Amino acid sequence: MTLSHDELLEVQRRMLRIRKFDERASKMVKRGHIPGTVHTSIGQEAQVVGATFALQDGDYMSGNHRSHGHPIGKGAPLGPLMAELTGKAAGVCKGKGGSLHLADFAVGSLGESGIVGSSIPIATGAALSSKVLGRPTVALAFFGDGAANQGVLYESMNMAGVWNLPMIFLCENNQYALSTPAHTVTSGVIADRAAGFGIPGVRIENGQDFFAVHDAVKSAVDRARAGEGPTLIEVVTYRYNEHSEGLRLSVDYRNAEEKAEWLSRDPIVQFREALIADHGFTAEELDALDADVLREVDEAVAFSDASPFPEKSVAFDDLFTDTTYVETLSRQERAAFEQKEEVPA
Amino acid sequence: MSVMSYLGAIGAAQREAMDADERVIIIGEDVEANVYGTTGGSGKSRASEGDFTQKYGRNRIRNTPISEEGIVGAAAGAAMTGLRPIVDLSYSSFLYMAMDQLVNQVAKNRYMFGGQASMPVVFRSAMFYGLNTGAHHSDRPYPMFMNVPGLKIVAPASPSDAKGLLRSAVDSDDPVLIFEACLLWGSKEDVSEEEFWTPLGVARTVQEGTDVTVVAISSSVPEALAAARTLAEEEGVSVEVIDPRTLVPLDKEAILKSVAKTGRLVIAEPAHRTCGAAAEISAMVAEEVFDSLKAPIARITAPDMQIPFSPALEKQMYPDRVKIAAAIRRTVGVAQRA
Repeated sequence: MTLSHDELLEVQRRMLRIRKFDERASKMVKRGHIPGTVHTSIGQEAQVVGATFALQDGDYMSGNHRSHGHPIGKGAPLGPLMAELTGKAAGVCKGKGGSLHLADFAVGSLGESGIVGSSIPIATGAALSSKVLGRPTVALAFFGDGAANQGVLYESMNMAGVWNLPMIFLCENNQYALSTPAHTVTSGVIADRAAGFGIPGVRIENGQDFFAVHDAVKSAVDRARAGEGPTLIEVVTYRYNEHSEGLRLSVDYRNAEEKAEWLSRDPIVQFREALIADHGFTAEELDALDADVLREVDEAVAFSDASPFPEKSVAFDDLFTDTTYVETLSRQERAAFEQKEEVPA
Repeated sequence: MSVMSYLGAIGAAQREAMDADERVIIIGEDVEANVYGTTGGSGKSRASEGDFTQKYGRNRIRNTPISEEGIVGAAAGAAMTGLRPIVDLSYSSFLYMAMDQLVNQVAKNRYMFGGQASMPVVFRSAMFYGLNTGAHHSDRPYPMFMNVPGLKIVAPASPSDAKGLLRSAVDSDDPVLIFEACLLWGSKEDVSEEEFWTPLGVARTVQEGTDVTVVAISSSVPEALAAARTLAEEEGVSVEVIDPRTLVPLDKEAILKSVAKTGRLVIAEPAHRTCGAAAEISAMVAEEVFDSLKAPIARITAPDMQIPFSPALEKQMYPDRVKIAAAIRRTVGVAQRA
């Protein structure tokens, strides 16, 4: 399918947003401006946006610990995401999720998960809702090569297959589960496992190519929406940064040649070149986009900076939809709940 | 009113909930064939009037593969996106297969996403203890889940409560785990055929009394009542029996008020002793109304031991009327009769 000029520009904007947002987040972790750590999607932008751009409004997705790209790729505003990373009141999850648990339900992001593989059946359930309620929506589960060896993936693929659910299983194979090379712990080819469930399995060797990823995911989404059932898509890609920011391992499990080879096929650079060579874009137009996205990230940081930390009582909100449990708190807990002072910055 | 069994009352509540709201679906192993007796009609065969699969169709009666982790996760995702699933996990011991989904997704998603998610899902399971099913099927794991913030925990002890609590659980926008006792499946009483909802978090004073409070959970409730009758007849001891019905949220006020009145507390439950519901209730009473206590709190629980198969071995493991009566005697200071 052919994307319009505006759509192609939006693709590049979202890939740049992920890159610049995560570059900034990485710096902020190192400077102590983001508590804890983050896992960046830098290097995997084509794989992420190739998938999210094939979805529509109302479609659902679930994700994993490498989590910022998914909501950004689906169009979530950056400010509340950044404020979540910094633990601020204006965070998309009120500062209660952080980087590992970003969720922006407004764009169909049902939540990222700190437990590898754990969010896959959440997307299966969203697909089940679509089916039972007769809605034309689909669900996509993002997971990595590490999660490809979790049993719950196969329970989910089996159920999605036998119930013919409108679902896409999208394996982001960045080739390393933390330090462990996927091929040393994975028997056979991940995409081939689909055959065991009687569903299509597709492997995208060049996951740095937006068009390759988008075409495959769009076909799977169209199939799902047409009632033709789930698809497993394995996208081979590469993360440039360490597993998490600030992590320093004594063993270099990835060699320099390999890194250089992947860096030479940068997804954003490739896409920019394709836009100029094949789609009538000018360098000036794309330079302006770069500057625009940098400004968006600055604004997101400013949004986060302007937000206060959440009030202490927020720690006692949202356990349940009602507050009956507050009645069951002990006197000490109750006092904390009713306290309205701010946590010192 | 009509005479209903505990199991029949669960089936009636499920039928009412399915009729009341099209978003309610039933997911589980063997639900289509009504293996456990809560998704059937009036008769035994599929063709009987009221059979759930016939009545509601396979879109809403979802027979599943044996994949507890996948089932629980999918039910959670479905609940987050518009359905209100009732998940039949059959045996309570099977919940362990889905521990990650129950603890990391079902219990945490609303909280960690800052209230964006709601999780209207019910997980039913039956505790097959006392029926010589061996260690893998005899668990009473509700205290484990009491230790997971974000889950509501229900343990009905009568047919009426089995029906009314299930309706409230289905209508709750939060996840509810219902632990049913197989020992009670056949127990019968008059149950309203009208729709009714028993609120979560409200204890039932099964019998009023003045000398000692017995808090009893699940199948310990009828045993406590039997012990109370014995004590009244033989010793003239007036026993108040309280069934919390829901352990999360726990009706602390009802228990504290009763203990403040009687000054004595015996707690009986079929779960293990360490970190059980009885341990929690004991601590709560000691913290809140210590000055009212005239005697040490007594707990009658299963020992911290696995459940053996042989009837000769299993029977001794759970609270029964004899053990509860003995505990009441000790607490009120009446000697055991020879």
